[in-house]
Amino acid sequence: MTSEGSALGYPFLKALKGVVKILAILAISYLAIYLLNALLGDGVDYRNLPILGSRNLIWLVAQVHLLLGAFLLGVPMFAVTVELIGWKKGDGRFDRLAHDFTRLFTLTGTIAAILGGILLVSLFILYPGFSGYMRSIYSPTWHLYIGLVLGEVISMYLYYYSWKALEGRKGMHILLGIILNLFGIAIVFVTDIWVAFMMTPGGVDEKGNLVSMWDAINTYAWMPLNIHRLIANVAFGGSIAAAYGAYRFLSAGDDERRAYYDWMGYIGNFIAMVGLIPLPFAGYLLAMEIYAFNEQMGISMMGGTFSWLWFMQAVIIGAIFLAANYYLWTAMEKIEGAERYRGYRKYLLLVIVVCYGVWLTPHSLVATVEEARALGGAFHPVLGVFGVMAAKITAVFFLIMATFLSFMLYRRSDKRPTVSWAGKGNLLQVLLLILSAGAIIFLGVYGYFVPAAVRIRMSMAQVVIVFIFMVLFLIIEYFLYRNAEAVGRIRWGDMPGRSQYALIFLAITFTWLMGLMGYIRSGIRKFWHIYGVMPDRSPQAYLPAHGVSTFIISIAILIFFLLISLVFWMAREGRH
Amino acid sequence: MWWIGALLLSLVVAVVAALRRSPLFTAIGLFFLFFSFLRSLSLIIPPIPAFVLRWYLLLAGVALLLYFSIREETFERFKAPLIALLVEREMRFLRVPVFLLFPLAMAYMAYAYTKPALSPPAESRTIHPEPPVEFSFRGKRIKVLGLENPLRKDRANLARYIAEGKEIYYRNCVFCHGDLWDGKGIFAHGFNPAPLPFRGTDTIAQLPEGYVFWRVSTGGPGLPPNATPWSSAMPVWQDMLSEKEIWKVILYIYDATGNKPRTWE
Ligand code: HEC
Repeated sequence: MTSEGSALGYPFLKALKGVVKILAILAISYLAIYLLNALLGDGVDYRNLPILGSRNLIWLVAQVHLLLGAFLLGVPMFAVTVELIGWKKGDGRFDRLAHDFTRLFTLTGTIAAILGGILLVSLFILYPGFSGYMRSIYSPTWHLYIGLVLGEVISMYLYYYSWKALEGRKGMHILLGIILNLFGIAIVFVTDIWVAFMMTPGGVDEKGNLVSMWDAINTYAWMPLNIHRLIANVAFGGSIAAAYGAYRFLSAGDDERRAYYDWMGYIGNFIAMVGLIPLPFAGYLLAMEIYAFNEQMGISMMGGTFSWLWFMQAVIIGAIFLAANYYLWTAMEKIEGAERYRGYRKYLLLVIVVCYGVWLTPHSLVATVEEARALGGAFHPVLGVFGVMAAKITAVFFLIMATFLSFMLYRRSDKRPTVSWAGKGNLLQVLLLILSAGAIIFLGVYGYFVPAAVRIRMSMAQVVIVFIFMVLFLIIEYFLYRNAEAVGRIRWGDMPGRSQYALIFLAITFTWLMGLMGYIRSGIRKFWHIYGVMPDRSPQAYLPAHGVSTFIISIAILIFFLLISLVFWMAREGRH
Repeated sequence: MWWIGALLLSLVVAVVAALRRSPLFTAIGLFFLFFSFLRSLSLIIPPIPAFVLRWYLLLAGVALLLYFSIREETFERFKAPLIALLVEREMRFLRVPVFLLFPLAMAYMAYAYTKPALSPPAESRTIHPEPPVEFSFRGKRIKVLGLENPLRKDRANLARYIAEGKEIYYRNCVFCHGDLWDGKGIFAHGFNPAPLPFRGTDTIAQLPEGYVFWRVSTGGPGLPPNATPWSSAMPVWQDMLSEKEIWKVILYIYDATGNKPRTWE
């Protein structure tokens, strides 16, 4: 990047260009809406898009736009964290990593903005009734949103292009990155207002007239959705970063690059895992709020129509855990000193596979008539035991703990503690593990014998135990490995290709999971635009068969990855 | 019974291969060991439905592949026989049949998959579909959510209600739901889907009483569209029993099985 001068004027010029770009896209969209409305004639509530269908278009565009948006918000979180670590540690690699990532934003931002424009136009042209109503309620928040997007764009360009200029004033630059993230978070909060309102509306009377703006903003699902999306963005940003690292690793020509991109994949995967672990709890919170808003909605989400999508969710989540662990296990191969811990991997694998099996055993079985006959009932006497919530939750906690342990083994591989109480400390950790694993199994088994309401409290206790286990373990680990001596080095770059494909797999499945879960969240509205307030009266006011919806979601994911590959590729070209 | 034989054979393959340090054949042996183990389980418990079996096998296959590919050396040895089969001259006598076998196996699979079958296809059933917001009970609209058993509050007469419920059960329900509340009444074998048990933790134990009331009142025909396959034999009891009688029999089935209705808090 030779054009990247060290003067501060240059970043501002770039930021101005970004603002002009966004305003131009917005102006074109408004113009398109105006022209199309004039052309097609006013006064209808729905227009149908031939062939593809209005709903499918909105679905695809919204999903891809959302994924790009999530990427745009997740990556700065990732970049600033990494930059901060680099600054504190004085490790130049981190700074380079953060900078490499920021390169991806500007291009992604443009694509996301164009898709946003298409979404805006298609909503107002294809669903004029609904969009008009949303505008009548939310036009103040819409203007706020535009303001925030401009703020995001400005801080994004300033952050990226002032990297060199602010080299000497790192604190200042990081502050800029934090401002960028604040804008990002605010954007999530504002857009969630609209989505949450559609699911769990508030602040309007039966006719849909606005009664209280604050109640229309602070709906049941709003905060849980915010939290869920923010955490998911961390995981998403990390996993895409890891996939990028993997892609660059696989196409790297020399050892120096391989080492660097190997390390990049590792950091990305680490951040993705840190985000992934609290995600189930945030999801739980969201589900609880949906129940609190409308029990009917909660039941249809968990029990009825969507139960097969939850099965797919289970398959995908298990695969994510498996891939993440596999990556760590193969990565241990490149660490001198890891021989001491290699033997444990097979036990971890066993625990993970068994838990995965329990986790994906469906409660309602697909069975042929003969099989059903042989069962003699609806539930299999053994598999039925795995199918219930108590078993599944227990299995997930074990998945989390096993992943945590894999990571701990990885961390230890190249070190040996020097403290005098090393043996005892280790024993304490093992005891801690046995105790908490025992307690979790006990609570899980006990969960079979108590009513559902009590069982929920039981799983809360399990959450607390897992959490305490991890915290105590880490505290001991910290003191144990302070001033530890190195027993070998990490041969960065000495990784088999398969480990990198695991990272790419991780990013794709994670994105897929987001699409699937997002569909459930949105699908529980059924034939309502705004649940209980505004029914969908278009010809597509029904839930498609699961096969159809998963197909559309997959197409959206495919488009997203094509776009992201384009960004990766262009970022790579830009280097030379 | 031949699963036992398969079990032993794959055990032998796995052990011999492990001793000779051949990861590929160890994996194959372990895979079939697991497969025949799952199948031979049907000697003691009802067979695992093919749908679940397939997922377990897939999981086992993936796990083995992952396990043998963690270490580079192991993975090299894992691949070696396959590569040898493909490229080495001495292997050509094996290569030809294998290459022939593959398309033949594929053809057979395609044939087996498309050949018309006598048995109906596997069905997924949502056993506890979401209830409607409200339903009609002899012309009266009743809301399902928050619906409580009015008799349960009348503690003084609870024992009498349960006794009356028992009588209702033995006059009406026992033929399908069974003497032991296990869904194995004398008619049960004739129905698909089979009558549900009331014992255990996964039927009425996880339902609120209002839900059970809705199910008993509207029966199989009252099931919502997503509760396929719509062929439930459960009768519409509101045509035959009064509201109070249904509440009584519900009291009874909970009492008899020691289950408690689900409450939300
Ligand atoms: C003709 C056989 C038959 C009779 C008689 C019968 N049932 Fe059923 N019942 C079924 C079948 C089959 C099912 C499972 C399919 C379904 O859910 O509809 C079922 C399901 C149920 C369920 C749903 C359980 C759950 O977990 O969702 C309840 C409750 C129930 N029956 C109660 C009763 C009661 C009470 C009586 C007597 C008043 C009764 N049944 C009589 C066949 C019968």
